Amino acid sequence: MTQEAAIRVDDLSKIFTLHNQGATSIGVFEALKLEVMPGECVVLAGESGVGKSTLMRTIYGNYLPSSGGVFVLHDGSPVDITKAPPHQVLEIRRRTLGYVSQFLRVIPRVSTLDLVIEPLLENGVELEEARERAITLLQALRLPEAHWDLPPSTFSGGEQQRVNIARSFIREYPVLLLDEPTASLDAANRAIVVELINAALAKGAAMVGIFHDHDVRDAVATRLFNVSEYKAAA
Amino acid sequence: MTEVLDRPTSSQSVGAVEPLLRVSNLTKNYGHVAGCLDISFEMRPGEVLGIVGESGSGKTTLLNCISGKLAPTSGSIAFNSRRHGLVDIYDLSEPDRRRMQREDWGFVHQNPRDGLRMRVSGGANVAEPLMNLGRRHYGDMRQATMDWLSRVELDLGRVDDKPRNFSGGMQQRIQIARNLIHNPRLVFMDEPTGGLDVSVQARLLDLLRELVRDLGLAAIIVTHDMAVARLMADRLMVMKGGHVVETGLADQVLDDPQHPYTQLLVSSVLQI
Repeated sequence: MTQEAAIRVDDLSKIFTLHNQGATSIGVFEALKLEVMPGECVVLAGESGVGKSTLMRTIYGNYLPSSGGVFVLHDGSPVDITKAPPHQVLEIRRRTLGYVSQFLRVIPRVSTLDLVIEPLLENGVELEEARERAITLLQALRLPEAHWDLPPSTFSGGEQQRVNIARSFIREYPVLLLDEPTASLDAANRAIVVELINAALAKGAAMVGIFHDHDVRDAVATRLFNVSEYKAAA
Repeated sequence: MTEVLDRPTSSQSVGAVEPLLRVSNLTKNYGHVAGCLDISFEMRPGEVLGIVGESGSGKTTLLNCISGKLAPTSGSIAFNSRRHGLVDIYDLSEPDRRRMQREDWGFVHQNPRDGLRMRVSGGANVAEPLMNLGRRHYGDMRQATMDWLSRVELDLGRVDDKPRNFSGGMQQRIQIARNLIHNPRLVFMDEPTGGLDVSVQARLLDLLRELVRDLGLAAIIVTHDMAVARLMADRLMVMKGGHVVETGLADQVLDDPQHPYTQLLVSSVLQI
């Protein structure tokens, strides 16, 4: 029996059209194909500007492709996230598809602990259990306890990044997109994140990642995928 | 440029779930001036829809038509009310429509003075929707009022003060409590944080976001502030010259806008 891919990118093309700059068209990639199986961590390779982040954002439903589709395995069946209605995209993001970016979108006044438990509450986990899981994770990420009740807007870059990681890993999403999650972390914290990633992979999560740090990349990648092979003709 | 950049499925029906609201081919003309033109969309229960666009683009006209304040020139607005099911709101008799508005809707105005009765106390303003629904037990209504005042983070000791003695941000919170106390199915908000300073705005937005999530409210929020749209809305409609020029998932419309006008709108936001 063949297993179904967690992510299947099908003949995906992306052209940005800048209407207010004389309708300039910028082709990013075309006819891109990629399959990611559960337990796989595919690391996107290629130099800066080749479209790695654009591909990630298109898989997340954040960018709209010019043609092609992105099928995400949601509740056991593949759904084309690029054509799904907004409520279904939000549902997929709530239960199936997580995204760890380099930046935390800070919401004024919401405490660190509340931010981290929010994805669990949205998925119907009881408050007590959610708190326990959040505390365990924040401790593992070595975020000082004094910070837990504060909103992260005043935290350092590395601290915000760890809150962001806690928020994304707590949910144990079956499909995770990692956009340089270790960018502003020191070596010890990077090692912790690598452990988290590998634990999630062992549980069968499928991941697509961008890592500029070669040590992290080598520690988590099951294979590399070169985006520049699909570069759109200029 | 008036063509609609429709997402592949945005005009599709919402599927198995019965829509909360269905707007079909809505047009409103003011004499020979167009307010809004041929607008169709559906909303699901619990969905938050943001309507963005510059002043004069027809946002408020659209909101007023949908909320029963302004009869459209043509087209229909069907709402799934508790009492009548999915019906065209302008087919209901005037008393029935008013009762549906009281029971199922809330309307938060930009200026709290438009949504509050300035001559009665803050507490009475919050309790009034319950009285309008026929509740007469003053002890219960007082208790519900106190609960809501604390939910919107107002000092309970000031329940009997008149709205004019509260600050603008506090008045807005009274207005929010007044519009949520009767457990509406749909809340209309017209620039709910316009005219407030940024710290009050942030607090109010955070409060609204929590309430909308906790109560599973459906809301239509008209705003020209892209940050408000991003924080609050699941889905956006971008309006220009009375037309909807782009619609889709909120973060997608803001991060990868397709229509020239949306690109201009998003790129005009100042970065701090």
